[in-house]
Amino acid sequence: MRPHPHWIDYSVIGIYFTFVLGIGFVLKKYMKTSSDFFLSGRSIPAWITGLAFLSANLGAQEVIGMGASGAKYGIMTSHFYWVGAIPAMVFVGLFMMPFYYGSRARSVPEYLKLRFDEKTRGLNAISFAVMTVFSSGVSMYAMGKLLQLLLGWNFNAAILVSALIVLAYTFLGGLTSAIYNEVLQFFLIVIGFIPLVFLGLKDVGGWGGLKTRLANDAMVHSWKYLGSPSANPMGVEWFSMLMGLGFVLSFGYWCTDFLVVQRAMAADSMTSARRTPLIAAFPKMLFPFLVILPGMIAGVVAAKSMSSDVSTDVPAKTGSAVVSQRAASGGISLEGGKGIIPAKLDESGKPLIKGGKVVLDYDLATPMMLVRYFPSGLLGLGLCALMASFMSGMAGNTTAFNTVWTYDIYQSYINKTASDQHYLWMGRAATVFGLAIAVAAAYVARQFNNIMDVLQLVFAFVNAPLFATFLLGMFWKRATGNGAFCGLLGGTAAAAVHHGLTLPAGSAPGVKGGFLGLVVHRYPSEMAQNFWTAIFAWTTCFTVTIIVSLLTKPRPDGELKGLVYALTDRPKDVGLSWYQKPVVLAVVVLTALVILNWIFW
Amino acid sequence: MGFDIRLPIGMMFSVFGVLVGGYGAATRGSEMYTRHSLGINVNLWWGIVMLMFGAGMLLLARRGALAARAADKTLKDHVVK
Repeated sequence: MRPHPHWIDYSVIGIYFTFVLGIGFVLKKYMKTSSDFFLSGRSIPAWITGLAFLSANLGAQEVIGMGASGAKYGIMTSHFYWVGAIPAMVFVGLFMMPFYYGSRARSVPEYLKLRFDEKTRGLNAISFAVMTVFSSGVSMYAMGKLLQLLLGWNFNAAILVSALIVLAYTFLGGLTSAIYNEVLQFFLIVIGFIPLVFLGLKDVGGWGGLKTRLANDAMVHSWKYLGSPSANPMGVEWFSMLMGLGFVLSFGYWCTDFLVVQRAMAADSMTSARRTPLIAAFPKMLFPFLVILPGMIAGVVAAKSMSSDVSTDVPAKTGSAVVSQRAASGGISLEGGKGIIPAKLDESGKPLIKGGKVVLDYDLATPMMLVRYFPSGLLGLGLCALMASFMSGMAGNTTAFNTVWTYDIYQSYINKTASDQHYLWMGRAATVFGLAIAVAAAYVARQFNNIMDVLQLVFAFVNAPLFATFLLGMFWKRATGNGAFCGLLGGTAAAAVHHGLTLPAGSAPGVKGGFLGLVVHRYPSEMAQNFWTAIFAWTTCFTVTIIVSLLTKPRPDGELKGLVYALTDRPKDVGLSWYQKPVVLAVVVLTALVILNWIFW
Repeated sequence: MGFDIRLPIGMMFSVFGVLVGGYGAATRGSEMYTRHSLGINVNLWWGIVMLMFGAGMLLLARRGALAARAADKTLKDHVVK
């Protein structure tokens, strides 16, 4: 059951590539200084940085992963948006942007250098740089694998072509090119997915029909079953959801990750910088309907209506969603799958069975929906939207990497006194080798899946405590560089120890946890374990930073002006209509958030 | 900086609209619509929507350019005086 894109689909994809590259070429002549290349000369209006802020994060992991999670857990997945993104986006816009933008730091690590010291910056810059190239590689690998499986495209060609396109437009037009393309990609993803949700919902009889077909109340409520981990499919309870995801992980990502913060730093004024995440919050709030619903629908829609594409020699089993179907035309078989979500296959091509149940390949939920509902024509648009999400994530990583590399590693430790033209050149060089390492990482991921799992685990340990450092740095002037540095190391260590001593139910010791030889606690699910790892890391970092700060010498107030809340003038929004003010936007966002949660309680 | 991003967005979606919508008009009644999209000619309808969106973006870009030119002119007049 493999779709056969027609000339029309390839034309749509070709036109998209032409525009993406064209934007890069046109912008090339504006890239005169390193500030143009890395910061877009701080000249971009808020609505553009806002959409780019959203789109840079809207990588393939999100489109594919949230669809997969929707198929697995249902509407509870929206917590990754409503709990795990919006509050943090409001916070970074209202309270943290004044320090990022106002301090004139060129990157998040550089803010740490201004606020704390060189070693804290170094730690953050190096771990961030390594992390971005590797996660770029992992998403490249995911894309290659998906396009190979879904369309029969060549894995090498898929990776190389997309990497070269991203390389071309970020190399030529720097951050501006990445941001402009992210805006284009944002619209493409939205316009590509709306008809999918419409057709899917219409087919299952709307939200009501979807509820009936899911036949599981826990799949259609976001909060109702969070009382205890055993009551809901995610295996988490409300406290770890709010503290682990909603506070530590979410604020750690949205408030400190340079990938997103860089977009706001490119804004043309302080007010625009503050409005960037708030503008992004509006579409972000509605994204669950675009990316989670297709996954939920994929699990319940009947596969047989699609079967005129293939020869069906086994009829659907009645009374169950399990459909047996043999695909004569190669590609993906739905045998043993659920709805149109196929089963994972073992090496011999048989459905993988674990604990008496077929293991489903949830990552294919959303792609299979595209294949199911889009005829030639729209199929090209849908594939474009999918590729756009891969490429926007990749470009976001690339521009964040080349900036941190050039300003925070190269200029700080390797060559401090070169000309601006040299740093511009270095930024372009970093774009090339950053992507080259990412491609290499994609092949490592293909060869040794486990290495990537271990690496991602290490990254999670490094990231978990970050928000404690920034929170204390921005709002407690007594916090010192030594305190921050020790706190970060302590938090990372706490994350590793917690993970090493606990295990999710049904897992063997190893990369899933318990590697310290002793299992003191078993969590009901991997997600619950991750949330609690984050809570432990954050708390340790917070405590250690405070203790060490109190024992070390504080910096004089004069040096911290513009970097700490108590020593910075409140930003004033002059010349704005009332509805443009950041505070008003924030109130509207939060009100809408409460209403959404109430509707899907 | 550079140019107005609404220009390429408007252009791309207008082209998509004409292409996909035109393809939809040419394939009316094709069995692929019964097989995939519940009998709805989604190419035609969504093509029209994309064309409208694209044209709207181009219109906004045009208005933006005119406003910028007007502002520029006032500024210049001011400097000359």
